[in-house]
Amino acid sequence: MNNMRLTERAVQATDTKITARKVQVHYGASHAIKDVDIDILDKTVTAFIGPSGCGKSTFLRCLNRMNDTIAICRVEGAILLDGEDIYDKKVDPVQLRARVGMVFQKPNPFPKSIYDNVAYGPKIHGLVRNKAELDEVVESALRKAALWNEVKDRLNAPGTGLSGGQQQRLCIARAVATSPEVLLMDEPCSALDPIATAQVEELIDELRANFSVVIVTHSMQQAARVSQRTAFFHLGNLVEFGETGQIFTNPRDPRTESYITGRIG
Amino acid sequence: MTMVETPAPRSLYTADARTKARNAAEKRFRIYGIAAVAIGLLALVVLLSSVLGSGLGAFRQSVLSLPITLDAKALDPKGHRDPAEMAKATTVTYGKLITKALEAVVIEKNLAPGMKSKQIGELISKEAPAGLRDMVLANPSLVGTTITYDVLASGRVDGFFKGRVTMESAALDSNISPEQLQLADKLRAEGMLKLAFNPGFLTNPDASELRPESAGLGVAILGSIYMMVIVLCLALPIGVAASIYLEEFAPKNRFTDLIEVNVANLAAVPSIVYGILGLAAFINFAGMPQSSPLVGALVLTLMTLPRIIIPTRAALNAVPPSIREAALGVGASKTQTIFHHVLPLAVPGILTGAIIGLAQALGETAPLLLIGMVAFVKDYPGAPPEGVLDPASAIPVQIYNWTQRADPAFVERASGAIIVLLVFLLVMNSLAVILRRKFERRW
Ligand SMILES: Nc1ncnc2c1ncn2[C@@H]1O[C@H](COP(=O)(O)OP(=O)(O)OP(=O)(O)O)[C@@H](O)[C@H]1O
Ligand SMILES: [Mg+2]
Repeated sequence: MNNMRLTERAVQATDTKITARKVQVHYGASHAIKDVDIDILDKTVTAFIGPSGCGKSTFLRCLNRMNDTIAICRVEGAILLDGEDIYDKKVDPVQLRARVGMVFQKPNPFPKSIYDNVAYGPKIHGLVRNKAELDEVVESALRKAALWNEVKDRLNAPGTGLSGGQQQRLCIARAVATSPEVLLMDEPCSALDPIATAQVEELIDELRANFSVVIVTHSMQQAARVSQRTAFFHLGNLVEFGETGQIFTNPRDPRTESYITGRIG
Repeated sequence: MTMVETPAPRSLYTADARTKARNAAEKRFRIYGIAAVAIGLLALVVLLSSVLGSGLGAFRQSVLSLPITLDAKALDPKGHRDPAEMAKATTVTYGKLITKALEAVVIEKNLAPGMKSKQIGELISKEAPAGLRDMVLANPSLVGTTITYDVLASGRVDGFFKGRVTMESAALDSNISPEQLQLADKLRAEGMLKLAFNPGFLTNPDASELRPESAGLGVAILGSIYMMVIVLCLALPIGVAASIYLEEFAPKNRFTDLIEVNVANLAAVPSIVYGILGLAAFINFAGMPQSSPLVGALVLTLMTLPRIIIPTRAALNAVPPSIREAALGVGASKTQTIFHHVLPLAVPGILTGAIIGLAQALGETAPLLLIGMVAFVKDYPGAPPEGVLDPASAIPVQIYNWTQRADPAFVERASGAIIVLLVFLLVMNSLAVILRRKFERRW
């Protein structure tokens, strides 16, 4: 793993954005997340890694209460965003999701035009006052998602008509357009080619200046390239969480070590 | 070491036994499929040809073109040409004028020597004088002139030209005699009596047992249209709102399960039960007028609701969950998600369901019989909105009604009405297809 430029990354931020304590998630009778404690820092990229089915997506979806939509899903414990419990009765998940955006594992653009896909969030949250501002937001979001050059001539074409990788970048643009404080990305690059992946990784690095980013990935290289902190999940447990450099070069737990060296997965 | 023996490579050009068996099975299945489709098509062809064969005649009617002298002395003795005064001249007076005109022709051409004026007059429909009278009252300046007017021939004469009445049957018939039919034949040879397109079939109200030639679907079509509009305005919004609530908002518990089972059951309840309900609830309890399109529409709405709710829920359910997640993920509220993303994708399915439900309601007879829409209605219902409380008929009820009558002329009318009903259904179903195409989008 000598190509990973691990040591170049200094972790600057120390403010905690999200704090999770004793989080349990049940899907009916099955216990998907067990006693997870984690502190996600502001202006930092945090990577979730772990074998398939270990609960990375499940935990990620707890952070913006997307699990509320699954009837059998039960979340216990405390998750605080800037010190406020997001599972408090007074919290409206809609307001929360405006601040904690999400990019899903499978690209899911709306069956509307490319423009409308990106403009939808700013419109419903009243972030713009007029069409010119909206145009600006749409363009900058598409630029950030490295999609602008490909679609600038066909903003009115349907978003579903794009290729899989373009659709995923459209979804990233859609999430970025609402300027969330935290961006949750569930394997955002699984449908992308290496060039688009590099562009998205660059975007993630840029986003770090303003937002806190949490990314689930199956690519250890990607985790090492983009993140400052890495969490390793296994069978619903958070096995190890620390600076990315330390996790990849000097894991404390034998399970982490066997996973990153390719022995469990 | 034992190894599984690999079969010797075989040529791709010869099919092995398993492949042959599979291909034979596929072929058999194709034949069954084609046979099934053929049976369906055959049934359709038989149905359509029998309906068209017996019903198309209703759109053509025997008419006599007669030069009628509108005698001023008889019609407007005071000479003021005032419709109020002229209304004193009854249809009897007009009937005499028409008979006189026909008699003049018959005598001039010597078509039926020795036939009495009364018998000649029987060739003409008893409904004809009323039509002439309405025309003159609407345009008094015609009085005193001679106009060429198309009068309806009587039902028997019409039946004679359509093959329903023969010389033999006429000999036994008190309403027509073979001599009169011979006269009709001669008039046809003279070009005065002919089969012409009959707009009255679509516009006239129903007529009595003795005047099949003037019976039309006007009141029934109007009644059916009133009902369909009301059903659409009530059943679609209520049905869609109920479906959205049940599908998207309602908690999944025993109570909603119960509702779900009941909706499914209601869709299967025989329609006559809705008629009994309507009779009890709307007429006996709420005191609404019998035979009115409003009551008919309310009953049909109750019947159509579950038939809209079920496909609407299915359409909402078929919207991929990823779309909902996407909307929720950018911070849309539940209502925004539904109205901005889910509903637009479900619209084609909802429209198809609604139109099919409506088409079923259009063809429904049994519940309407129970709320009195089977009554003989001769007057058009008024203009909406008050008109929906006036007595009216409906197309399927009119069909039922006509098949009950003794005169075989009404069989032709009934088949004609079935054609009209089928055209309505065809239009509605095409509309469903067009709307579905229009709103269908990929995702
Ligand atoms: N909607 C659901 N209903 C029931 N069980 C679920 C549901 N979603 C996930 N699970 C279960 O929860 C566990 C964790 O799933 P999760 O999707 O979080 O895994 P993951 O780490 O994201 O895996 P992958 O890397 O394959 O995406 C799995 O055992 C899965 O079967
Ligand atoms: Mg996952």
